[in-house]
Amino acid sequence: MIAHAIFFYTFSIIAVVSAIMVTASKNTVHSVFFLILDFISISCLFIMIGAEFLGMIMLIVYVGAVAVLFLFVVMMLNVAQQKNQWFAGEQSSRHIPVGLIISTLIFFEIIIVIGGWKYKPEIFDINNSIAQTSISNTHSLGQILYTDYIHVFQISGMILLVAMVGAIVLTFRQRSGLKRQSYIKQISRERAEGVEVLEVQSNKGVKIDD
Amino acid sequence: MEYLSIVFQEVYKILFLLVPVLVSVAMIVWLDRRVWAFVQKRQGPNVVGPFGLLQSLADALKYIFKEIIIPSSSNKVIFILAPIVTMTLALIAWAVIPFSATQVLADINVGILYLFAVSSLGVYGIIMGGWASNSKYPFLGAIRSAAQMVSYEVSIGVIIINVLLCVGSLNLNDIVIAQQNMWFVIPLFPMFVIFFISALAETNRPPFDLPEAEAELVAGYQTEYSGMMYAMFWLGEYANILLMCAMGAILFLGGWMSPIDVYPFTLIPGAIWLILKILLLFILFALVKAIVPRYRYDQLMRLGWKVFLPLSLTWVVLTASYLFYFKLLPVN
Repeated sequence: MIAHAIFFYTFSIIAVVSAIMVTASKNTVHSVFFLILDFISISCLFIMIGAEFLGMIMLIVYVGAVAVLFLFVVMMLNVAQQKNQWFAGEQSSRHIPVGLIISTLIFFEIIIVIGGWKYKPEIFDINNSIAQTSISNTHSLGQILYTDYIHVFQISGMILLVAMVGAIVLTFRQRSGLKRQSYIKQISRERAEGVEVLEVQSNKGVKIDD
Repeated sequence: MEYLSIVFQEVYKILFLLVPVLVSVAMIVWLDRRVWAFVQKRQGPNVVGPFGLLQSLADALKYIFKEIIIPSSSNKVIFILAPIVTMTLALIAWAVIPFSATQVLADINVGILYLFAVSSLGVYGIIMGGWASNSKYPFLGAIRSAAQMVSYEVSIGVIIINVLLCVGSLNLNDIVIAQQNMWFVIPLFPMFVIFFISALAETNRPPFDLPEAEAELVAGYQTEYSGMMYAMFWLGEYANILLMCAMGAILFLGGWMSPIDVYPFTLIPGAIWLILKILLLFILFALVKAIVPRYRYDQLMRLGWKVFLPLSLTWVVLTASYLFYFKLLPVN
């Protein structure tokens, strides 16, 4: 049990500290790296409570794909040297009240959820089928997700698809005058179309490209 | 005291796994160069030791004694972390590789997901190295590799789903045991080919070695690295290649199982079979390096997204429908 506690506190302290460092570090790229560290330690916490499937999916989806794209964008935008001025800049101070309101709202939401879960567990209608210990948690997750909650699951997939299509539609623009490469054309070119052997008379030259 | 003995036991096991892996990485570098040389009718490294076997050790010694240069304008912490991350990720993945039904360091339920996750984290070593160098060519190399590895991961993931449909478990040992009657390379042969090519792209091997393309990017993300740090990138890369070969052997070639289930073959321990299968795949890797020219970047992206992804997704539908129609789905 002691070892369990030690590991739990190590990972949770790393998670909290790196979450703070995401907002506190001056360098944007460093922020993304701290975010990755945060994801990794949270997936470790998932594994510790026995949700190994969730932990691994967290690693694959968030760290392996989403954070790579974050990093990609942050590096490309060249905001690495931007200074994060804490409550100092005149422009940024206008956003502080909004941010504070939203963060207090989220804070109280978390308190309500956790408090309710702790002191009034009967409020939350937890399906009994979740707590099957005989099968691995990948199996039980699949059995619930693809049967009872199939519509919610499908709808969330659709929402992601809509977001993706929306992003493509927003950034897509038709450009004219582009030279596109057609692989079929390139491969099926014959020697006769590309090469021509000419007898060049001296001092006359030859005209090409006409 | 009890904890300590457990810890020592585990450390002993880990060393027993890691030391052979590191030695075989050194050997595999030699093998790679030899195969490459033989294809081109050269001799390759054949001076140091018998058949040049100790060439990699000599190289390692050279790297150790070289000076480590850290560029003054680089981001020093991340610059130093990058090769460490590459090396660590390449080594921790070996924890779940089963060498026989019982010889596995961590027999976890989600073994294949763990392997997939670790191999998808491998891109960070390269991005960190490329960005922290604070130089144009490494950065271009890092950007290329980020895009390339994310793209090919997708098709590898879908191929893994194909195999998992036939197995019904994420445990690597279960995947091996499910191939008792027939290796998955036979029913899923197109997937094996795509997996092999995607593994080449995932490990930045030729013909997909655009992140380091020495002709245009002067070795890409590792331009600024020298000495032992460069050697660590190099070792990590080869450890990753070995890992991909092991993954291919486990997913498609029956892992530690003997090819024929008859008496004299079953006597040979599973680890030997696994190593032979890894070697077979690795020699294929080395041959590909010697034979094919490098891809152009847009062709690489096209191959990943427009050819491999639709093909492997279609194959998922095919496999699933076949298994469903003939009531072969592994249900428990």
